[in-house]
Amino acid sequence: MNIIVCIKQVPDTTNIKINPETNTLIRTGVESIINPFDMYALEEGLRLKEKHGGTVIVLSMGPPQVEQALREAISLGIDDAYLLSDRAFAGADTLATAYTLAAGIKKLGGADIILMGRQAIDGDTGQVGPGVAENLKLPHITDIRKIEEIDDQGSITVERMLEDGYLRLRTKLPVLLTVVKEINEPRLPSLKGKMAARKKEITTWIEEDLQVDSERIGLTGSPTQVMKIFTPPKPAGGKIFQGEIKEMVTQLITELRNAGIPLGGGKAANGND
Amino acid sequence: METIRVIPDLCTGCRICLKVCTYDAIDMIDKKAVINEKCTICGACVDVCKVEAIIITRRFFKGQDTSAYSGISLYAEHHDGKLASVVPEIIGAARELKKDLDRNISAILLGNKVKPLAEELISYGVDEVWLIDDPRIGDYAEDVQSDLVAQILAEKKPEIFLGGGTIMGRSLLPRAAAKILTGLTADCTELDIDGENKLLRQTRPAFGGNIMATILCDKHRPQMATVRHKVMPEADKTEGYQGKIIDMGHIPISEPTIEVLEFIREEGETVNLAEADFIVSGGRGLKDPKNFYLVEDLAHALGGAVGASRAAVDAGWIPYSHQVGQTGKTVNPTIYVACGISGAIQHLAGMKSSDIIVAINSDGNAPIFDVAHYGIVGNLFEVIPEIVKQLKG
Amino acid sequence: MNYFLTEDQQMIKDLAAKIAKEKIEPVAAEYDESEEFPHEIVEVLAKSDLFRVFIPEEYDGLGGGIFEMSLVVEELSKACGGISLAYAASALGTIPIMLFGSEEQKKKYLPRLAAGEILAAFALTEPDAGSDAAAVKTRAVLENNQYIINGTKQWITNGGEAFIYTVIAVTDPTRGVRGTSAILLEKGTPGFDFGKKENKMGIRGSTTRELIFQDARVPKENIIGREGGGFLVAMKTFDQSRPGVAAQAVGIATGALDKAVAYAHERHQFGKPISSFQAIQFMLADMATQVEAARALTYQAARTIDAGAKNVSKISAMAKVFASDVAMKVTTDAVQVFGGYGYMKEYPVEKMMRDAKITQIYEGTNQIQREVIGLQLIREALRKKG
Repeated sequence: MNIIVCIKQVPDTTNIKINPETNTLIRTGVESIINPFDMYALEEGLRLKEKHGGTVIVLSMGPPQVEQALREAISLGIDDAYLLSDRAFAGADTLATAYTLAAGIKKLGGADIILMGRQAIDGDTGQVGPGVAENLKLPHITDIRKIEEIDDQGSITVERMLEDGYLRLRTKLPVLLTVVKEINEPRLPSLKGKMAARKKEITTWIEEDLQVDSERIGLTGSPTQVMKIFTPPKPAGGKIFQGEIKEMVTQLITELRNAGIPLGGGKAANGND
Repeated sequence: METIRVIPDLCTGCRICLKVCTYDAIDMIDKKAVINEKCTICGACVDVCKVEAIIITRRFFKGQDTSAYSGISLYAEHHDGKLASVVPEIIGAARELKKDLDRNISAILLGNKVKPLAEELISYGVDEVWLIDDPRIGDYAEDVQSDLVAQILAEKKPEIFLGGGTIMGRSLLPRAAAKILTGLTADCTELDIDGENKLLRQTRPAFGGNIMATILCDKHRPQMATVRHKVMPEADKTEGYQGKIIDMGHIPISEPTIEVLEFIREEGETVNLAEADFIVSGGRGLKDPKNFYLVEDLAHALGGAVGASRAAVDAGWIPYSHQVGQTGKTVNPTIYVACGISGAIQHLAGMKSSDIIVAINSDGNAPIFDVAHYGIVGNLFEVIPEIVKQLKG
Repeated sequence: MNYFLTEDQQMIKDLAAKIAKEKIEPVAAEYDESEEFPHEIVEVLAKSDLFRVFIPEEYDGLGGGIFEMSLVVEELSKACGGISLAYAASALGTIPIMLFGSEEQKKKYLPRLAAGEILAAFALTEPDAGSDAAAVKTRAVLENNQYIINGTKQWITNGGEAFIYTVIAVTDPTRGVRGTSAILLEKGTPGFDFGKKENKMGIRGSTTRELIFQDARVPKENIIGREGGGFLVAMKTFDQSRPGVAAQAVGIATGALDKAVAYAHERHQFGKPISSFQAIQFMLADMATQVEAARALTYQAARTIDAGAKNVSKISAMAKVFASDVAMKVTTDAVQVFGGYGYMKEYPVEKMMRDAKITQIYEGTNQIQREVIGLQLIREALRKKG
C-alpha cells in the first residue's frame, strides 16, 4: 500500500500571545511545529503501513525551513520526504496550495491513500484536502475518526465524525482522507529514528520540477486575498456592571461583541451598526 | 518577479513589521527591513507599516467575467427531512447583504423528497430555490452534491455563494470551489459588502482565533464563504413571502463514488475543556447540585464546555474531570465565565490566562472580581438565564 | 547552565524530557497511590530506544555510556523518581553483564535489554547483609556442572518484573569476601521465587521484592566473571551505577525546585507573591545552587567513568552522597515553600520528599559512601608520601 501524508509546518499558535500595547502578535519565541492534526495523519499512515505493508511518504509545500518538519516526520518512521519549495509557490491560498500539492502527488505517481490533518492551526480552513482531491479527481472524506478496514478488493470503510454522531462510509481506493485527533495516539520518535532522520536525504522540487501552470501557483494562483489582519481588541479590563440585571447583561453582551467575540445569536458588532 | 518587497527609500527602520511577522520573514539589513524567503505573503506587515513602504504586486490567474455574475446564493444543508440549524443563520446573513447589494437571494437545495424544505426556505426570505429532488441524491452524498453545486453555480452565476461552517459545509464547498476555480473563505464570523466595489468582505478568525482576517475575492466568481455556526443572526420567517422554486433537474447527476453505510447518532457533548474556546464554570455559589443546569445552559448557548471550581467537585456536584484550578485542569479559553466562584488563588491558577474573564457573583468583594475583565455583581439565578435569553436574541 | 552536550546527548535528553512531560508526569500521582508497575511507561521507553543509550553498538545499543544513561534517569526523575527507577535499576542490572559478562552472556541478554524487551535487576542485599555486604549468606553450591542456590535477597528493585538477575552468592564459605560469585538467574527458573511487593514510603511507582531461592539450579556457565570474583563485580558495578542514583536525586530535586519556584510566584500573602520575600528568595537560591552543584558533580563523575579512568570510586561516591543529600534537603525545603499545601497529598511536593529519602540509603548508604571517599583520600595521601 502506498501512502502519502501531506503536512504543513505552522507557528505554534497555542502559544501565541498578543502584545497588549501594540495589539500585535508577539512572534519571538514562537516555535515552528508540524501542524498537530498532521501528526495524527502521520501516525495513521505509519499504522496502515505496519498493517498492510508498503511505503509512507511525507510531502509538504513551504519555505526551506520546512525541511526540519520533514525530518521530524522521518524520525517517526516515514520512508521518504519531499518538499515543494520555490518562491513562486509563496503567498498561495488554499486553492493554489491544493493545486501545487496535487502536482507534487502526481509527480510521485499518486498513492492508494492520501492523508492529512483536518485543518492547519494557522489558517484554520480545512480546505486544502478537498482541493487536492478535486485536482487529482479522487473521492475525499474529511474528519475521519477511524479507518475500520481495507479489504483485498481495495474497498475502504471509515468512520467520519459529524457534529451529532458519525457516518460509516465505504469507497474504493485511491482516496484522500483528512483526520481528526480521535483517530489515534501519535507515537513519539525513537532515537534510532532521529539519528536516521539526520542523515536522510530530502528531495526538494521547484516549480520547474512539477507540471504546473505558473498562473495557478503562488499568489497569482490565489483568488482570495487578505485585505487586512487585525487583532481583536482586548477589553480594557476590570469593568464591573451595576444596575438592573437586564441592563447589566445587555451591556456585558454588547461589550463582548464589540471586542469581536463571536457570541451566538447576534451580529458581531463592529461599531458601524 | 518580486511579489512583495520593502521600498528601501521609504523604510524608516522602525521595525514594527518585524514585530507582526509570525514567520520570521523580515530581517534588518543596514537599518532597512528586507523580506526573506520565509515570507508567506500574508500581508500583516503591509498593514502595519506607517509609511506604506511595503508593497505587494499582485496578478491573478484569469477569472470569470465578474459582470455576468449576480445574486446571493447559499447551500441549503439538510438531514433527515430538516434544514440544518445553520441555514436560517446563513439566510439571515444573506438578507443583511441584500440590503447593500440589492440582489436576489437563492438557495441550492439537493436531495430526495426535499420539496417541503423549499417552501420553508422561501418563508425565510429566499427569493429562488434552485431545486433538484431526486432519489439518487443522498443527504450526505457530498461527492454527488458538490458536482451538482458546481454545475448549478456555473449555470446560474450568483456573485456570492455561502455555506454553513459545518463539517459537511467545510468539506463540500472547497470541493466545489476547486471545481469552479474560485476563492473560498472558511468559517466567517462577519460578512458585509464593501461600499465602493461591492465586493463581499469576509472576516474570519485565524491563528487559533488570535487574529482576525478580512478576505476579498476580487476577480473570481462566485465569491464563496462558509459561515460559522451560531454567530450570524437567524432570519425570521415571513408568512406568504413570494419566492420561486426552479427545477434544475436537467443537470446530470453523477454516480456516487462514496457509499453511505449508516449514520450513528451519538448523544452527549464532549467538548474538551482543555481546547474549548468558551468555558462556563460553576462554584459554591450555585448552592445546590441541581443548579448546575444553569452553567450547562450558558455553556450550551456559547457552544462551550462546562468547568467547575474545586468546591463544586468536592461537594460531588460534578465529576473531577471538570475541575479547573491548581489541582484540576489549566485552561486558556477566549472567554471564561465564573459563576458563583469566589476566586480562590487555587482556582485562578487554572484559568487566569483566559483571554477574557467574566465573573458573576452576588458578593461584590469576591476576589474573582480582581482578575475579571467584566463582572456582574448580582444573583446568578437571575443573571445567567438573562444572559442565555439575550444571547438567543 | 550549559553542560556542552553533544548533539546526540542533547537529542537523548530532549526525548527523555518529552516522555517525562507527556507520559510520566500525568500518571505519577496515580502510580504513587496504586504502586502498580508502570508497564506502559517501560513500553514507551523501549519504543523510543532509550534502553539502548548505554549499551555498545555490537549488541544493538547506541554506544553511549554512563553519562547518557544518567541524562535519561535525570529527565525521567524530574517527573517521577519512582517510575524512573524501572529504567535506572535495569541499568544497574545490565552493568555487571557489560563489565564482566562472557561473550555468550552478552549476546544472549544485551540485545534484549537494549530493545527494552526485558528488564534486569541486581541482587546483593539480604536481611543481614546491607552495608556489610560481605555478610551475604545466599549459597551457591557447584554440583554436576550446576549451581544450586539457596537463600533470600531483600528489597530488590524490579524484583518480579525483571527477567534477568545478577545475584551475589557465596560459592566458597571459607574465603570470606573472596568466596562470593556473581551468578545470572532468569525469572522462571524452578526454585527461584519472589516474595510479596514491599509497601514503601516513597518511590512507590517502582517495584521492590524479596527474591527467594530454594534449590534453584542454573548451569555453571551462568557465573559472571570468575568464581570468587563476586565482590569485585558488585563493587565495580556500583562504581558505575552511582552516577545513575545521583542523577535520579538531581532529577527529583530539580522537579521539586521547579514546582517551588512556580508556586512562590502564584501564592500571595500579605498582598504580595511570596517570591517577593527574601526568606523565600534565599531558600530558593540555596536550593537552586545546590541542585546545580549536584548536577555538575554527577555529570563529571559520569564523564570520568566513560572516559575510562581507572579509579572512579571516589568521584562516583561523591556524586551519589552529595546529590542524594541535596535531594533530601531541596525536597524538604520545597514542601516548606508550599507551606500547608505542601503537606497535602493533593500537591506534588510531599511525594518528592518521600521519593528523595531512598537515594540517601540504597546503592550504598551515604555513610558507606563517606567511608569510600575517606579511605580513598587516605590511600591517595599515603601514595603521595611513599
